[in-house]
Amino acid sequence: MNTPSVVERAALATPAPLARRMRGLSDRAIAWLFIAPTMLLLLAINIFPLIWTVRLSFTNFRANRPNAEVVNVGIDNYVSVLTDPDIWGPMQATAHFLFWTIALQTLIGFTLAYLIDRKFRGHGFWTTLILIPMMLSPAVVGNFWAFIYQPQIGLFNYAVSFFTGIPPSSFEMLGSVKLSPWAIIIVDTWMWTPYVMLICLAGLRSIPNYIYEAAEVDRASAWRQFWSITLPMVLPFIMLAVLFRGIENFKMFDLVNLLTNGGPGSTTEVVSITLKREAFEKWRTGYSSALAIILFVAVFGLANIYVKALNAVKNR
Amino acid sequence: MRTGLSTAHSVVEPTQAAKWLAMAVVILYAFVTLVPLGWILLTSIKSPPDSISYPPKVVFEPSMEGYCNLFTTRSRQTEEYIKNLPPATDACDSLARKNSMVVVSRSNYLPRFLNSLIIAGGSTLLSVGLGVMAAYAFSRFKVPGKDDLMFFILSTRMMPPIAVAIPIYLMYRELGLSDTKLGMILLYSAVNVSLAVWLLKGFIDEIPREYEDAAMVDGYTRLQAFRKVVLPQAATGIVATAIFCLIFAWNEYAFAVLLTSGEAQTAPPFIPIIIGEGGQDWPAVAAGTTLFLVPILVFTVLLRKHLLRGITFGAVRK
Repeated sequence: MNTPSVVERAALATPAPLARRMRGLSDRAIAWLFIAPTMLLLLAINIFPLIWTVRLSFTNFRANRPNAEVVNVGIDNYVSVLTDPDIWGPMQATAHFLFWTIALQTLIGFTLAYLIDRKFRGHGFWTTLILIPMMLSPAVVGNFWAFIYQPQIGLFNYAVSFFTGIPPSSFEMLGSVKLSPWAIIIVDTWMWTPYVMLICLAGLRSIPNYIYEAAEVDRASAWRQFWSITLPMVLPFIMLAVLFRGIENFKMFDLVNLLTNGGPGSTTEVVSITLKREAFEKWRTGYSSALAIILFVAVFGLANIYVKALNAVKNR
Repeated sequence: MRTGLSTAHSVVEPTQAAKWLAMAVVILYAFVTLVPLGWILLTSIKSPPDSISYPPKVVFEPSMEGYCNLFTTRSRQTEEYIKNLPPATDACDSLARKNSMVVVSRSNYLPRFLNSLIIAGGSTLLSVGLGVMAAYAFSRFKVPGKDDLMFFILSTRMMPPIAVAIPIYLMYRELGLSDTKLGMILLYSAVNVSLAVWLLKGFIDEIPREYEDAAMVDGYTRLQAFRKVVLPQAATGIVATAIFCLIFAWNEYAFAVLLTSGEAQTAPPFIPIIIGEGGQDWPAVAAGTTLFLVPILVFTVLLRKHLLRGITFGAVRK
């Protein structure tokens, strides 16, 4: 009998159903197969260490004495972090750094974006040039800024004295209590203003021309157009930029570590530097774990609130 | 289209004067912002005395000393000793002898640079590989709790590196991954995979499903359609994502300085500790910095159309 084999051959010639039956995994299986490796990696290298940090935060463990007896100390570490008068110094330093970097970057970044959006000839080229600093390694560039800030020979002091007449050896950007917070703010602003600018530029370009044309018909002044069209429509973008910069600068470590390492004294000791000192210099692992958890919860909480506000602005 | 109603002060089409003013300010800013970078480049080709002269020198005789010092270690010797040596074999050696020094060995810069390449390259491959799969699944399938999973993936990036560095340090010590390239590749992959998933999901969302559906009607399995239809379509997005991951891993400092010291140390923690006699050897530091930044400059130009997406995790697409 030949008929069944013909049917078989016909089945073989039609690969779709067969392939699906033989080799095709179900979409559901593929979905999990595709997501699982990413989740496993994140669980192993992000979540597991985080849980470990939580556990360590309730002990007196010290990473430099792995064989010492580990005692459960309950919430003592959290209590000592929150009641430690020294912790408010780093908190204030971080707040000062956050406030000024975000304020300056938003102001300069938005202004630049607004100017670039005037669409003069060659604006694409100049935009790309301006973007360069944010792509570079903060550590490597921050280290070089320490050279630029040298009191006697540095380019920065020379430039300041060239324009203002103040003798270049009369001030130290990194060595003085008054100036060092500004030294890191200047470098961070130099580096990340392009970031805010780029996002603002996208915001400005998202405003359709007809809105302005309608405003023209209504004889709204340029000033009025700016305040009632441009700014409100760019606001969600600005907030997005502030959100990203806020989270990044809250974690700020590399620039500060290389420019001042928290000094002079602890003037520029932002929380990440405190964390490094507690965890890797004083080896108070339990205490630093508690601090790390408090910071993480703070970032996470603030970011969540901020995202809600952002969505509210977007959906207005 | 512009309407005839637009007047001189219109925001729709800026006046010529406004354009000139805007151009002048933007160009001025660009110049000022590039001064520190130009200074790095200039310092790298200065001799050490020129690099620390006051006022800062803009005109000087170029010197290879920075680059020589970057790649070699030298020791001071007596005139007598140097006179009795065989003739210098290369330019750096003869340059060192002029300063009564001899080249002793190669410095660690090259191995550190190669470590950066291997670790950044390896972690990019891994995070983009995992990312493209997860992104495809999130883009095309009904995954229960999809939004929560996506948010979870993003939130892993909010953690301050120092906060997780302690247990990772302990964990790696247990597993024998301390100061190994594999350890760093895994770590950077974990940090970058969140970016990769978010960016790639955006790119894959933009590929019409009809392409795969048509391919599957033609007899492709889902996996074949993914490989032969979706991946080629997403090629640009995959390359852009890969470059972003590469740049992050290349630039990373916090984990590198805390978790590596020799074997797997990358260039960012190494460059700041390049020292000469009596403090930092600034021309050598500048030379190391220049060589380290050049690849990033190239990538920035290549990426400029996708930059916005990359820095906002795909939230803003233009």
